[in-house]
Amino acid sequence: MKAPEVHHWVAFTTLLTREIRRFIRIWPQTLLPPAITMTLYFIIFGNLIGSRIGEMSGFSYMEYIAPGIIMMAVINNAYANVASSFFSAKFQNHIEELLVAPIPNYLILVGYIAGGAARGLLVGLIVTLVSLFFTTLPIQHIFITLSMVVLSAIMFALGGFINAIYAKNFDEIAIIPTFILTPLTYLGGIFYSIDLLPDFWQQASLFNPILYMVNAFRYGMLGVSDIPVSIAFSIIIFCIIGLSSFALYLLNKGTGLRH
Amino acid sequence: MKALSIRNLTKTYLKGPMALKGIDLDVEQGDFFALLGPNGAGKSTTIGIVTSLITKTSGEVKIFDIDLSTSPEKAKSYLGLVPQEFNFNGFEQVENILLTQAGYYGIPKKEAAPRVEQLLHQLDLWDKRFTPSRSLSGGMKRRLMIARALVHQPKLLILDEPTAGVDIELRRSMWQFLQEINAQGTTIILTTHYLEEAENLCRNIAIIDHGSIIENTDMKSLLNRLDKEVFILDLKQPLPDNIDLSGLAIHQLDSKTLELELKRDDIINNIFTRLTQQGIEISSMKNKANRLEELFLALVDRTSPNV
Repeated sequence: MKAPEVHHWVAFTTLLTREIRRFIRIWPQTLLPPAITMTLYFIIFGNLIGSRIGEMSGFSYMEYIAPGIIMMAVINNAYANVASSFFSAKFQNHIEELLVAPIPNYLILVGYIAGGAARGLLVGLIVTLVSLFFTTLPIQHIFITLSMVVLSAIMFALGGFINAIYAKNFDEIAIIPTFILTPLTYLGGIFYSIDLLPDFWQQASLFNPILYMVNAFRYGMLGVSDIPVSIAFSIIIFCIIGLSSFALYLLNKGTGLRH
Repeated sequence: MKALSIRNLTKTYLKGPMALKGIDLDVEQGDFFALLGPNGAGKSTTIGIVTSLITKTSGEVKIFDIDLSTSPEKAKSYLGLVPQEFNFNGFEQVENILLTQAGYYGIPKKEAAPRVEQLLHQLDLWDKRFTPSRSLSGGMKRRLMIARALVHQPKLLILDEPTAGVDIELRRSMWQFLQEINAQGTTIILTTHYLEEAENLCRNIAIIDHGSIIENTDMKSLLNRLDKEVFILDLKQPLPDNIDLSGLAIHQLDSKTLELELKRDDIINNIFTRLTQQGIEISSMKNKANRLEELFLALVDRTSPNV
């Protein structure tokens, strides 16, 4: 008897469509809050406080922080989407639908990561549109801008996936975003140039991967960066390879999924 | 060809007991097979390993001759699972759950849609196709799980207690549906605690206890090993005081009810004749317990052996 042929492309698009349908269905939880939060950032930091700060690296403060705020929205949402969606699938046991089906593990990973990246990028687009009410966004290097935002979304979606694999309850989904991701994001040069920091903190900031993403993205838009962009790309590609290999290892091993 | 072949399958849970102690099991293509056992015997572990939800410790599982370890995707493409617990996304609509499941098996939406419609009609869920699954009743959820398992037309369908908590009317309609798909060529493996269900539906049976297969035969041979049956007789009139039941394995339960123990060699006509001669009229007669249930209890040492 010949085994039925399984079209992996169909399986992948099904998984991706399901993920996109999920975050669109719950748009008041997934798409609206970042739009409101980032609008507040623009009003408070960009407009009210920013007008007193003056220029930074040759740009108005509003222009300077806009790329970082967009990147922050992308990172947070790509991470949160995969972490909550994959953990919910475990929690409600409907992850079994996937585990029983003839889908290779790498495709499960790619499907969830693509779903997380899709939400991150859609929120990034929404925040970009919001930012246009407050400032202009000159794009100096379109390829760098787009590739950096896509790679960042993929990298943090992978982080969310690994978090969800290990998580045993909803608290464990919230711990990493609250205690690691948020501090790293705020200290990642969104609101300031690291040139303003004392030497020690400048050096310490270089260990923060988000600094590289924010600066490379800012370079793509404004043409200014605190760090060399090539290093940013090297670091993010290295992190994506490392995280995806680890996530696949966990899936193959069945960690948190199979007894 | 064997739909399922298991060889020397073992499973030891981390910091737990040995759940499977090297079981061997064969299920022929087209069979309706019962896998029975008390709670914790190893049924769900076996099914979990076959469906890739549990990793085995050692041994071999082949589905239609395809090794699950070396060609998991090919082997899994033959399988459909109706699990014991509800395991769909409660927020998804009924129709989307089925279309998504078909997609996981590589079936494009266009191709899956007519099949989904047919299944929803067959399982009386068509009117609920746009309802989120969490809003369905328990019986509807059970039917949805069957529809989901069948959407990719599996050659081997595994049902892990599919009728648990389902009312008798629905249970019987599910039996009829399962018999129909079995007649169309789908091999079915069923675990259930309703032994009447296994007796009515299944042709072959394995009983698992403490991680070992203790019985693996066809249903007819197993039931033939029952050397006595107990019947309850309801009488039309109260039993007279001077009745003579000597020599008969009959016990009076109350004034209008008797319990009759019938050995394999006994002839029931003789017993009825003797009762009739004494003016006793019997209005109805039924088995005290399901025949398979009696055997099952004996086999798993839950009662004194009587087989």
